[in-house]
Amino acid sequence: MPPLRPFHSPLPLVPARRRFVRGLVAGGVMIGLSPWLRAAAQGLADTRTGAAPVLSGTNIDLVVAESPVNFTGTPRMATTINGSIPAPTLKLREGDTVTIRVTNRLREATSIHWHGIILPYQMDGVPGISFQGIPPGETFTYQFRLEQTGTYWYHSHSGMQEQTGMYGALIVEPREADPIRADRDYVVQLSDWTDEDPMRVLAKLKVQSDYYNYHQPTAIDFFRDVADMGLSRALDKRAMWNQMRMNPTDLADLSGATLTYLMNGVTPAGNWTGLFRPGERVRLRFINGAANTFYDVRIPGLKMTVVQSDGQNVEPVTVDEFRFGPGETYDVIVTPREDAYTIFAQSMDRTGFARGTLAVREGLSAAVPALDPVEWLTMADMMGAMDHAAMGHDMPGMKHDMSGMNHGAMAMDHGQHAMHGMTGGAMAKPSATVRHARTEYGPSTDMRVDMPRTNLDDPGIGLRNNGRRVLTLADLRTIGGPLDPRGAEREIELHLTGNMERYTWSLDGLEFGKSTPVHLKYGERVRVILHNDTMMTHPMHLHGMWSEVETPDGQFLVRRHTIPVQPAQRVSFLVTADALGRWAWHCHLMLHMDMGMFRVVVVS
Amino acid sequence: MDHGSMNMQGGPAPADARDPHAYSNGLTLESGPYALPGPRQLRLSDEHAFGSVLLDRLERVYTKDGNATAYDAQAWFGGTYDRLVLKAEGDVAKGKLEEARTEVLWGHAIASYWDTQLGVRQDSGTGPDRTWLAVGIQGLAPYWFDVDATAYVGGAGRTALRLSGEYELLLTQRLILQPRMEVNLYGRRDEARGLGSGLADAAAGLRLRYEFSRQFAPYVGVEWAGKFGQTADFARAEGQRTRETRYVAGVRLWF
Repeated sequence: MPPLRPFHSPLPLVPARRRFVRGLVAGGVMIGLSPWLRAAAQGLADTRTGAAPVLSGTNIDLVVAESPVNFTGTPRMATTINGSIPAPTLKLREGDTVTIRVTNRLREATSIHWHGIILPYQMDGVPGISFQGIPPGETFTYQFRLEQTGTYWYHSHSGMQEQTGMYGALIVEPREADPIRADRDYVVQLSDWTDEDPMRVLAKLKVQSDYYNYHQPTAIDFFRDVADMGLSRALDKRAMWNQMRMNPTDLADLSGATLTYLMNGVTPAGNWTGLFRPGERVRLRFINGAANTFYDVRIPGLKMTVVQSDGQNVEPVTVDEFRFGPGETYDVIVTPREDAYTIFAQSMDRTGFARGTLAVREGLSAAVPALDPVEWLTMADMMGAMDHAAMGHDMPGMKHDMSGMNHGAMAMDHGQHAMHGMTGGAMAKPSATVRHARTEYGPSTDMRVDMPRTNLDDPGIGLRNNGRRVLTLADLRTIGGPLDPRGAEREIELHLTGNMERYTWSLDGLEFGKSTPVHLKYGERVRVILHNDTMMTHPMHLHGMWSEVETPDGQFLVRRHTIPVQPAQRVSFLVTADALGRWAWHCHLMLHMDMGMFRVVVVS
Repeated sequence: MDHGSMNMQGGPAPADARDPHAYSNGLTLESGPYALPGPRQLRLSDEHAFGSVLLDRLERVYTKDGNATAYDAQAWFGGTYDRLVLKAEGDVAKGKLEEARTEVLWGHAIASYWDTQLGVRQDSGTGPDRTWLAVGIQGLAPYWFDVDATAYVGGAGRTALRLSGEYELLLTQRLILQPRMEVNLYGRRDEARGLGSGLADAAAGLRLRYEFSRQFAPYVGVEWAGKFGQTADFARAEGQRTRETRYVAGVRLWF
């Protein structure tokens, strides 16, 4: 890619959409005409959406090419795998060695990364790290043995191709009987689509980072608050944000102003539908394949029993709703008995939703809930464990001595735990001492959190106390415990950092280009602490090795490949460095990754 | 835990701050075990250049003494921390460039919200042209004030200081009230350009725009402008007003 990013674009004289596009009913589907006839007639087949073809066995051919889509009324070219969005569902079998030939029919290089699959680093599919990428016209042969089972996915790791359509489900079926019994089994892959060139979207954010945020605080909100709570409290509510030049509605970089939210490649209007017979156990394999969207998923009228997380079976936990970010997966079991239910996945910033239906026959639909109200981020999201209520209303300069204040439990608890460590050595529990990097004190960051939250039982902004039982990280227990019983030999602390105004994202205040790799000694067991110094939730994905999330007390919780770290939160996990090679480690919000929230990990 | 030193933004790194390369064990992106041969292939957008041209004001100005067209633009090209910055501001009346200030600067990020700017300024229009060296700071002050403060050194011992500030008050998501002020001071008089020493001129305006999109917003506004001290004397000698109210209508756009 040339070093120069073009910024030529005709002036958009058309008003930006205030409401998100619910999309065309047909989406990309063209029924009744053989794709080959269409291809002959137009040169290109329309992209198939809604029902990804299933490919199984040990030899699979995938072809990456451009194909037309129309989600919004405006025809666009997508980047697709075998001409479908989502890409074909790969149903593979545990223990098999699979050979997957990927042919590139684009005019630029491509790649495929098998998200969450444990494999040799040369097969991991990150151009420039694990291999050279797949040049135009060439075929790369991936070959690896499936050592695991569960729901995963695959996607391009080149440029913005994932945003433009290159994602699909990858299911590894167990050799023995699946302990998760179900009568029906559906992949529900959520994604997001923009009619704009994703690079142009990024260039706009680089100029104005709140470009797509139409939920900003306004004067009207202020006067409403004055009426509701009085002038002084209305001013207080804003003082800290305004003083720090932070925006309490900064929940997502992109919104329904440019995104159309898709379920299995189908717009909300298109209404993807999964069929069932009343009383059946239906397994839904939710995959967040979006480039930029956290989804809050629920099925009004149905309890969801979460049985798997990031491909790993967990002790069943029954919830009404869960939030997940790009890269994460949840398998749930539902037992529908009525005729129709809406699968409702609203974006975290409440600017739109993806939607589908579970029904006893095609053509049914159930009520679609309204979007939840927009909530401002709270002081806890910005400042962590500090107890705002105890701080009174005046916070002059944020620099005062706080020794006499009540810090909502967490931060202090940890200080004590660190001192009274009961179980084993100093490494039994994650360190609670915040160690900012030298490079966090400069223009690359806009804030640092000195007293992070470490509790994992917070569903996050917009889901707190909403009257529904919402899944949290603290609810998850991987069946069978950790893969490696050893404790950590050492700790690595990495801070998630950024500067929204400059639109730059980094780790420890250093973007990828300025960074050096994180080195892990082959075979070691290491603790990683991710400390979020930003106001956004970042789904952090470590390639090649499992991340075993622990409680603030050092107790094993759940094995993940992608860990969402909330604003001002500190999450720790253990990694066994059992995979030689170079691996990628990054935020799975694509634009954050692309702006530099990315590290290389070397295991040697 | 030391809560006394809490400071969430900016400031110098403490002496014991963590080394961000401490986990690398000497490895780099280009070298070490399993590195692909040759130069580094993976370059993300943090190493790419971006750019933008903002026409903050492109407006028709209506006063008692006649009408003019004014422009105020800023363009940049570069990365996150170092940029080439162009600033251009001026008035055209009756087809003639009355007054223009054009600057070419190197912008360098020094803090979360602040860039230093170093470069040259060229004044043209009525009177002889003047060239200055420019040293300034531009950024976002607490409470979201856009601030631009630049000091200039020109020939013959001339010095100048320009301060400007803007604020964006969102009445709704698209209807935005923009207060703006600007002050120019000079170190010594420059009669040929009608400038006295000290405070020369100041302007304060209010513009109300509607953002059809983020990039295209027509506006109307009003601005109060005044000349002061010797500069006002020069203006009076020329038969000009020293205080005036201007009504403006224009468009703000960027691309």
